[in-house]
Amino acid sequence: MVVLETIGFIVLTTLALTSAIVVVFHRTPIISALALAFNLVAIAGFYLLLNAQFLALLQVIVYAGAIMVLILFVIMLLSISSESGLHKSGAIQRVMAPLLALGCAAAMGFAVYRGSEGARFVVSSTDFGTVRNIGTDLFTTFFYAFEAISLLLVVAMIGAVLLAKRRL
Amino acid sequence: MEPQWLLVVSALLFTIGAFGVLWNRGAITILMCVEIMLNASNLAFITFARQFDQAEGQIYAFFIMTLAAAEATIGLAIVIALFRLRESTDVDELNLMKW
Repeated sequence: MVVLETIGFIVLTTLALTSAIVVVFHRTPIISALALAFNLVAIAGFYLLLNAQFLALLQVIVYAGAIMVLILFVIMLLSISSESGLHKSGAIQRVMAPLLALGCAAAMGFAVYRGSEGARFVVSSTDFGTVRNIGTDLFTTFFYAFEAISLLLVVAMIGAVLLAKRRL
Repeated sequence: MEPQWLLVVSALLFTIGAFGVLWNRGAITILMCVEIMLNASNLAFITFARQFDQAEGQIYAFFIMTLAAAEATIGLAIVIALFRLRESTDVDELNLMKW
């Protein structure tokens, strides 16, 4: 079981990191978007390894389904065959991007290193991550947050229509 | 498999995403890199939820997922409006309010 988990972890890590790098460096938006779909499915696999079945399902439906279709739809609607690529030489981003990424990686690596002392996964209860467990919390403790997020979705929908429509 | 390995993957994904946001100037690629960053933070949340056996981490991940959906919708609407105006998605050309 442990061996199986380790193999799954290595395969998913390889998939997630390679696809993320393809998203960043490929010039063709369609290929970037398909690599992003791969990345999202790999992360859903991580959720399954971590006993988050409900969120793994949501990840595939909402992210790999709805959001990816939206992105692909916009790319095809605007028929962008290749985007502008990286910043022109001499732009400040050409220097700052690697520096900030390195700083970011160093800070997070330090935090993980300091916090990893004796970190173990505890044996979780059997209903951890099930729909029942998440739903109970969502509709009791996090009820107001849940309502607020539905309001946010309505605002986003109205905003998207207003922004993208030529004339109301 | 121990928590820190998953956190390392999450940190690497976040770094790749942050690098991509700064490195690229195509608006759609930038949006996709933001999605990678949000997913990396979700992965960290769910790792902590499993590590401490607390469902709250998963609920935060759920909220972030909803937030990402809203962000993608608005972002893509802005890209469409921008493309109609400029015939390109280059963010370097958006310098009207730059002093």
